[in-house]
Amino acid sequence: MQNLVNLPGASPAEPKLSVRNLVKTRTSASGEKRVVVDHVSFDVAPGEFVCLLGPSGCGKSTILGMLAGLDRPTGGEILLDGSPITGAGPDRAVLFQEPALFPWLTVVANVEYALKLIGVTAADRRERAMHWLAKVHLERFAVSHPHELSLGMRQRGALARALACDPDVLLADEPFGALDAQARELLQNELQRVWQESAERKTLVFVTHNVREAALLADRVIVMSAAPGRLLEEQRIHAPRPRHLDDALLSRVVSDIHDSLMKEVDKDVAREMGS
Amino acid sequence: MSRARWVRKELGPIATGVAGLLVLWALLAAATTSDSLPSPLVVGNALGSGIADGTIPEAALKTLVRLVFSFVVAIAIGTALGFALALNEFARRSIRPLVVALQIVPPIAWFPLAIVWFGLTERSVVFVAIVGAFPSVTLATISSFKQVSPLLVRAGKTLGAQGWELYRGVMFPAALPGYVAGLQQAWGFAWKALLAGELITGAAKAAGLGHLLARSQSDVPALLAALAVVVLIGVAVDYLVFGQMDRAVRRRRGLLN
Repeated sequence: MQNLVNLPGASPAEPKLSVRNLVKTRTSASGEKRVVVDHVSFDVAPGEFVCLLGPSGCGKSTILGMLAGLDRPTGGEILLDGSPITGAGPDRAVLFQEPALFPWLTVVANVEYALKLIGVTAADRRERAMHWLAKVHLERFAVSHPHELSLGMRQRGALARALACDPDVLLADEPFGALDAQARELLQNELQRVWQESAERKTLVFVTHNVREAALLADRVIVMSAAPGRLLEEQRIHAPRPRHLDDALLSRVVSDIHDSLMKEVDKDVAREMGS
Repeated sequence: MSRARWVRKELGPIATGVAGLLVLWALLAAATTSDSLPSPLVVGNALGSGIADGTIPEAALKTLVRLVFSFVVAIAIGTALGFALALNEFARRSIRPLVVALQIVPPIAWFPLAIVWFGLTERSVVFVAIVGAFPSVTLATISSFKQVSPLLVRAGKTLGAQGWELYRGVMFPAALPGYVAGLQQAWGFAWKALLAGELITGAAKAAGLGHLLARSQSDVPALLAALAVVVLIGVAVDYLVFGQMDRAVRRRRGLLN
């Protein structure tokens, strides 16, 4: 296990995403300032699958929001292909914790709307939307409204909408956290498969508090401390894909990460009890 | 809902309620000897002859035209103001309380002022209906935008919707259920204010259901027939127009239980 402090410029190639001394403070209703993200730096190589892992409240979702351009950093910067991120845009698709399909549109119309926004002509939208819905096995439900589908199916629809726009980067904010165990496993496998199958692999930043999920999916797991969020350590995972959770190598990685996370949680609990 | 289920769950209870009311009315009418409460049959006859000689259809049409006109104006004013206030927090904080105050005023309280401004005319009636309805539209517009899920707005932004497109493609459709519910409430205000206004301007000016009510004070069967028409139109508009609109919008989004 390497210490991040000794890891300047981890990837040799030009990074896709470069997070430099990122700081985010929030002001509570009572006017109290709280550091949520504390000087975080890391790079993500093109086509790399990185998991940001940490206990809840550690600021990992906040980092993702800033990568998406939905929130602004208090300090530091985020570079996308070397240029600072100025706002949200279709070059960085986002999968949210809840499937954010528009409830007034059918599933296929959701995908088509996203395609329309990136300038795909009306004639090509339907075919391209159906292609991606087929990829996530949702073509039979194309003309259903989101409320008619299960949570897992809606999240698959959201995945299809995200990928249909052919983004450079896919950002995922605990997208499978609300699903039951079976649906989660199905979607993890689906995401792995779709990511592997794509001709030019997307750069993927995936936020989770689930150690097994991180080990299953990521090329590299970045572990964050309890609040305020700092980087603790990182783990490269070399296991071949497609992966399964019963791989011996993965179990070792899982228990390693789990131990260091538990220490963090203990610290957090101790601090809460003490104050 | 299947047809059989609709008959059992919706039509059946309503029909029973109406039939019960008619029976109660008939019994009361039979028990009174004076002319002040004619039986449902007599009122039915008055309704029939009122329709046949054209006074009721003519009055109803006049009133409905006024309703449509004043409600369309109220929607235009109310929505524009509501949208502006939804966009600007300072304006919202300064003007929204005034709109709330306006909504609390019974519309008919504006009538004396309306008469000073417009005289005992149709204009006064329409003015009162507009003033009565637009605050509800404004408040519904503001709250329907407030209730838009931030998640959907964030999703829209990440898909590349910005500026006007974010409103057209995401905010408006997301705000629609709350807005339609607000319209349903607002039309009720317009309807009540309109009839009150017509009633007060009296039989002097152009016909309308309110005028018909005012004119029929000496003719109780005609009065009750006019009242029945007012009730029927109210129920029909509320259920058929706004109820159906509300249900259609909510069904599409899975908000109907």
